[in-house]
Amino acid sequence: MTPLRAHIAAALSPVAPEADLGTVDPRAPLRPQLDLDSMDFLRLLAGLKQRLGIDIPEGDYGKVATLDALEAYLTARGAGLGAQSEGADGAHP
Amino acid sequence: MPSLGADMQAGILSEWCKKPGDPVKSGDIIAVVETDKGAIEVEVYSTGTMGRILVAEGEKVPVGTVLALIEEGRSAAPTPPAAAPPPPIVQDLAASRPIVQAPAPPPAVQAPAPPPVVQAPAAPPPPSSVPAPAEPTSAPLSSPPQIHASPAARHRARELEIDLAGVTGSGRHGDVVRSDVDLAAAGRVHPGPTAPPTAAPAPGPTPAPPDAAPPTTPQSPGTPTASIRRAIASAMARSNREIPHYYLSLGIDLRQALAWLGARNAARPVEGRVLPAALLLHAVAHTLPQFPELNGTWSDDAFHPAPTVNLGVAIALRSGGLVNPCIHDAASLDLDATMSGLADLVSRARAGRLRASELGEGTITVTNLGDLGVDETYGVIYPPQVALVGFGRIAPQPVAVDDMLAVHPVVRMTLAADHRASDGHRGGMFLSAVARFLQEIA
Repeated sequence: MTPLRAHIAAALSPVAPEADLGTVDPRAPLRPQLDLDSMDFLRLLAGLKQRLGIDIPEGDYGKVATLDALEAYLTARGAGLGAQSEGADGAHP
Repeated sequence: MPSLGADMQAGILSEWCKKPGDPVKSGDIIAVVETDKGAIEVEVYSTGTMGRILVAEGEKVPVGTVLALIEEGRSAAPTPPAAAPPPPIVQDLAASRPIVQAPAPPPAVQAPAPPPVVQAPAAPPPPSSVPAPAEPTSAPLSSPPQIHASPAARHRARELEIDLAGVTGSGRHGDVVRSDVDLAAAGRVHPGPTAPPTAAPAPGPTPAPPDAAPPTTPQSPGTPTASIRRAIASAMARSNREIPHYYLSLGIDLRQALAWLGARNAARPVEGRVLPAALLLHAVAHTLPQFPELNGTWSDDAFHPAPTVNLGVAIALRSGGLVNPCIHDAASLDLDATMSGLADLVSRARAGRLRASELGEGTITVTNLGDLGVDETYGVIYPPQVALVGFGRIAPQPVAVDDMLAVHPVVRMTLAADHRASDGHRGGMFLSAVARFLQEIA
């Protein structure tokens, strides 16, 4: 598991304790696979922000629908560069 | 012992969070009780000092039993039961008066029903077991170390006088679940492969090894699931038996409301965003005061309107089943407060840490199945409430705008209401009023 994926798993665990990212098809939409409702998804994003300091704006939800897309998005926004900036990131596209 | 729903008759005091002499203030959690709906926190409604504890941990008592006394004010003097009867810690108790006034010293008097609660072989809860509800199952709260059993299983074992120690568990981690107790009871009465009433995953009467937890199906009668299932079954059966439902439906154009909400959320960090689901709750809560006949309870052949809107929210649990705790006085909350109220309820419901007042005091319920992709939902009223509002998914739909066809996001709102308390005319006006609220919020 990549460090980034481990962060995603950790952010997911309080929301869906039984979810196992290992069983997820990374190219298919994440929410239906893990049965995440809109509240669960929001809590996942809040968890990611806490861990990575990256706030995914609502307008970008369509860009993070799959696990692969979410990882790519977070990487592009600077996750995994070692910097765990604490909430420094705003909601700019 | 608070009532956490029309069908609850008794509960087990599983843990005291305060001890005599501790200061308490209104809203403090003083105890945890174990019910069919899982572990529930009991709040106190007055401020003072924790007095005498009348029900011991592990004891099962009927609804209405006084659990402990609160000495109001701050007098450190340990004045026991004498003069003015201290207020009961729970407001919602039917049989409180006689019990409170009888200052009978031995707490045993409290239980008019089965005097010594002894049969429970799984009795003594560890005095300092720290509840760590990391998982949605909250059964381990009062479980003694040796026997892991669900609340429903314990309950059932007491009913049937079965020793849990001799029951083979089939739940997660080998926990004893209700069907195991039924199975054990069936084996006791007439040995043989008679099918237990529930779906029997066990292929035959094999005496399974003590701690092999055969995970036949992951959704088999799981620990909290079985008891919640039973609570749902009894409430819903009663509803369909007693309540003459009528149903109405209305499609609501949300284009403006969602555009407004989207613009509002765009400027906010993730913690400050509001979900459409919260906006819908907000609209219902703020419209209801104009329709008192939909907000309240039916009991003793009469409708009792509620003074506030305690908005019940049906929350599906990931382990199966659902609960419907309420947001108190939701009509007084703004949109952000409604959202945080909802987020808080969902996370605590799933962690198994709801409070007694949240479960027993709802005055109407909203169910939102939109995330599942259903178009609309016609619900079953949660007695003794008299109405249930349903929302389906928000989906693009053709709508007529002036003389043109346009595609807008539309949600279908439904109302299931008790015809004893209201009529379709007023129900329809309510739906229209919610639609107007949503169309004018922008």
